[in-house]
Amino acid sequence: MAKSPARTAQSDPQIPNRERPAEPQRYEASKEELLDFYKQMLLIRRFEEKAGQLYGLGLIGGFCHLYIGQEAVAVGLQSALEVGKDSVITGYRDHGHMLAYGIDPKVIMAELTGRAAGISKGKGGSMHMFSTEHRFYGGHGIVGAQVSLGAGLAFKHKYAGDGGVCMAYFGDGAANQGQVYEAFNMAELWKLPIIFVIENNQYAMGTSVNRASSEDQLYKRGESFRIPGIQVDGMDVLACRGAAEEALAWVRAGKGPIILEMKTYRYRGHSMSDPAKYRSRDEVQSVRDKSDPIEAVKRELEKLGVTEADLKPLEQEIRKVVGEAADFAENAPEPEAPELYTEVLVETY
Amino acid sequence: MAIELKMPALSPTMEEGTLAKWLVKEGDTVKSGDILAEIETDKATMEFEAVDEGTIAQIAVAEGTDNVKVGTVIAILAEEGEDASAASAPAATKDDTPEPAAKADEAKPADKVEDSAHPAQEKVETGARQLFDAASNEGEALPEVPEGTEMVKQTVREALRDAMAEEMRADDRVFVMGEEVAEYQGAYKVTQGLLEEFGDKRVIDTPITEYGFAGVGTGAAMGGLRPIVEFMTFNFAMQAIDHIINSAAKTNYMSGGQMRCPIVFRGPNGAASRVAAQHSQNYGPWYASVPGLIVIAPYDAADAKGLLKAAIRSEDPVVFLENELMYGRSFEVPKLDDFVLPIGKARIMRPGKDVTLVSYSIGVGVALEAAEKLAAEGIEAEVIDLRTLRPLDTATVLKSLKKTNRMVVVEEGWPTCSIASEIVAVAMEQGFDDLDAPVLRVTNEDVPLPYAANLEKLALVDAAKVIEAVKKVTYKG
Repeated sequence: MAKSPARTAQSDPQIPNRERPAEPQRYEASKEELLDFYKQMLLIRRFEEKAGQLYGLGLIGGFCHLYIGQEAVAVGLQSALEVGKDSVITGYRDHGHMLAYGIDPKVIMAELTGRAAGISKGKGGSMHMFSTEHRFYGGHGIVGAQVSLGAGLAFKHKYAGDGGVCMAYFGDGAANQGQVYEAFNMAELWKLPIIFVIENNQYAMGTSVNRASSEDQLYKRGESFRIPGIQVDGMDVLACRGAAEEALAWVRAGKGPIILEMKTYRYRGHSMSDPAKYRSRDEVQSVRDKSDPIEAVKRELEKLGVTEADLKPLEQEIRKVVGEAADFAENAPEPEAPELYTEVLVETY
Repeated sequence: MAIELKMPALSPTMEEGTLAKWLVKEGDTVKSGDILAEIETDKATMEFEAVDEGTIAQIAVAEGTDNVKVGTVIAILAEEGEDASAASAPAATKDDTPEPAAKADEAKPADKVEDSAHPAQEKVETGARQLFDAASNEGEALPEVPEGTEMVKQTVREALRDAMAEEMRADDRVFVMGEEVAEYQGAYKVTQGLLEEFGDKRVIDTPITEYGFAGVGTGAAMGGLRPIVEFMTFNFAMQAIDHIINSAAKTNYMSGGQMRCPIVFRGPNGAASRVAAQHSQNYGPWYASVPGLIVIAPYDAADAKGLLKAAIRSEDPVVFLENELMYGRSFEVPKLDDFVLPIGKARIMRPGKDVTLVSYSIGVGVALEAAEKLAAEGIEAEVIDLRTLRPLDTATVLKSLKKTNRMVVVEEGWPTCSIASEIVAVAMEQGFDDLDAPVLRVTNEDVPLPYAANLEKLALVDAAKVIEAVKKVTYKG
C-alpha cells in the first residue's frame, strides 16, 4: 500500500501475443517544473484543508469529498495534458482535478458554499462542477458514470479528429461497476483515445479493496478487453507524470485505451461525514509519515538545492490564494430566487 | 396428403409481402431445412424454409408477385409416395374459398379472420392487433403545413429514417449509434440505408450494452456532438436510464448552463404484439416526470418526421418515443425540403364539440376510432394528440375543455401516475370551472402485460372502453 509494489516481470508473466506499453520511466523534471508541481499540490492540500474547515463551520453542506493525500495523481497526470485540447472527467472527488487543470480556486470554493459566483452558479455543489472552456467535464455524482461518459468524450475526440485524449478518473470502488467494463469494451473495440485512471486509494467509502474486489490488482482489469494496464506509485508525482507520458504516447499513437492504476491513499474520511472507523489511526499516520506526496517533492527539491526557506514565499502565496478564495466564497451572494427556474432547459418551447 | 405451403407471417403485424424469388421449381425434391423462397416485406427479406420432406407439386404464386396476403397458399408439396402431378392447389388462390367447416365451428366470431378472402389465415385477434388496426386512422391536416403543399404517403418508419438522414446531411455532428443500426439496417429497419449513405463513422453498431452506449452517447454530446442513440426498444433503456436522467437531463442545470447535452434517445416504446410484460411498457410517464428532458411521442408519420428533426436540432436532451406497431403504418407527409415541427405543441386531430379525447402515440388511433363511432351516435368528440409529453401543451388541452366541458384521456399505458393522471390534475387545477363531469382515464389495465392473446386483448386500451367512458362523461351511458 502506497509503497508502490511496481509490476515485476517475475510475478506477472505477460501474455506475449500482443504489444504492451513500455514500463514507464520516472519523469525527470526541471527545477521549475518540480516547483510548479509542488505549488499545485500544495494548493490542492491547503484548498482542501480550508474546505474541510468551512464545512465544519457549516458554510459548505451536503457531501464534500476531499482529495488530501492524492494530490500527486491529478497534478502528475494532468501536467502532461494540454488544457483546452485534452479532456478530463472524474467522479465526485473532483476539487483536486479542477485545481490541477488551472481552474480558478475562487469559483470552485464559491460553488462549495453554494453561491451565485460559483462555477455552477451554486446549483451543482462539490460533486457537480464543470468547465467546458478547460475541457473539464465534471464532477459526476454517480459512481462509475464518468467512465462511460469519458468514453463518449474520447469518441468525440476521435470523431472530430481534434487530436485530444480523454483522461477519465475513477476510484477502486467504481472499478467494480458494470458500466466500466461496457466502456472498456467499446473503447478498445473502437480504439478510443482514452486513459482510464483508477485512483486506488484503498477504500471504497469504508470497504477496503480486497474486501470488494476479487482481483485487487486493478491494473489487470482491462486484460479481458485487451486493454493494457500499468500500476503506478500514485504518491510520487514524478512517477505519475512518467506514467502519463507513456500512456499518452500509447493513446496518441492510435493504439486505443490504456489503464493506469494509481496506488494512492486518502488521509481524510470518504466524505466529511465519515469518521473513518474502518482503519486505524496508525495506518493513516504511517502513510503520512512515510509516503506523503508533498513531502516527497520537497525532498526532491532539496536535492536540487531548494531550501525550506526558499519555499516559504511560495507557501505564503498559496495560503493567500486559498484565504482569498475562502473570503470570496463566504461573502459572495447566494443565487437569486429566480435562478431556481433557469437552465432546466437550454431552449424555450 | 399434399401439404399446402402458405405465405408466412414474418412478424406479428405483417399482413402481406412480396414473393421475391423461388429457389425451387416444380418437381424438385426438398427436405426439411431447404430454402424454398425469398419473401420480402418493407422491413426485411426472409428465407422461407421447408419443414416437411416431399416434392414440389405446384408453385401457386409466381415469383415477383407483390402483396401476397399472409396465409395464401403459395405452393403444394407432395409427400413421399404421393403422385406429385396429382396434387394441386385446390382453389387456394381463389378469393371465394369457403371456410373449412371444422374451423368455422371452432372459431368464435371475435377470433374470425377479418380478411375473408383468405380464410386459411389464422389471424389471431389480440389487443395489439386492435391497436395496430386503430393506428390506421388519420387526423385532420397538420396546421403547420402551408395549404396546397404536396403530400406523399410514407410509413412512420420511412419518415423517421428520412428525418435522421436529412439532419445528418445538414450537420456533420449528428451520428446514430445503437444495436444493429448499421449493417443489419436497424432491428426494426428504421435506420435502413443510413450506413450506405453516411458510412460507419456516423452509423455505429454497438455491442449489447445499453448502459455503456447511452453513457458514450451522452459523453459525446457533452463534448459537442449530436448523437442519436437508438434503443432497440425502450424496455432495454431501463439499463441506461441512469445516464438519461442523471447524466443527460441534469447536466445543464447542475453546471449553471455551462454544459449542454444535445442528444436524442429514440426507439420503440409501449406494447408490441404478444411479446409479454418485459417487452411491453410505456415509459412516457417515467421520462415525462423528469425536469431537464424533452419527451416526444408522435402518432403519425408527418409528426414523426417533423418532430424527430426538431429533436435532433434541440440543444436539450430528448427522449423520442416511437411505437413498433406504428412503424409500418402509412400517412400523408408533406413534401417539403425542411419540414420541422415545433416541440411542445399539441395537435387537434379531429374537431368536435361534445367531449375532448386527449391522447398521444398509438392511443391517438384508438381515440380517433372511438370518435368515428361516436359520431355515428351523434356525439362529436374532439381528439387532441399531445405529441410532446414534456413540456405538455396544457393550453390546447384547456382550450378544448372550455369548449366541450368534458374530457377523457386515452393512454396505451398503465393508469397509475400516468400522463392521464397528469392531464386530470391539470384539468382540476386550471380547468375546474369548465368541467361538467369528472375527467376519466381510459388506459391499459394495471397489470404487467400478459402473453395470452385473449388476456393481452383484455389488458390493452381499445375504442369500446373509450366509448363507454365518453358515454359516462356525457351522461348518455
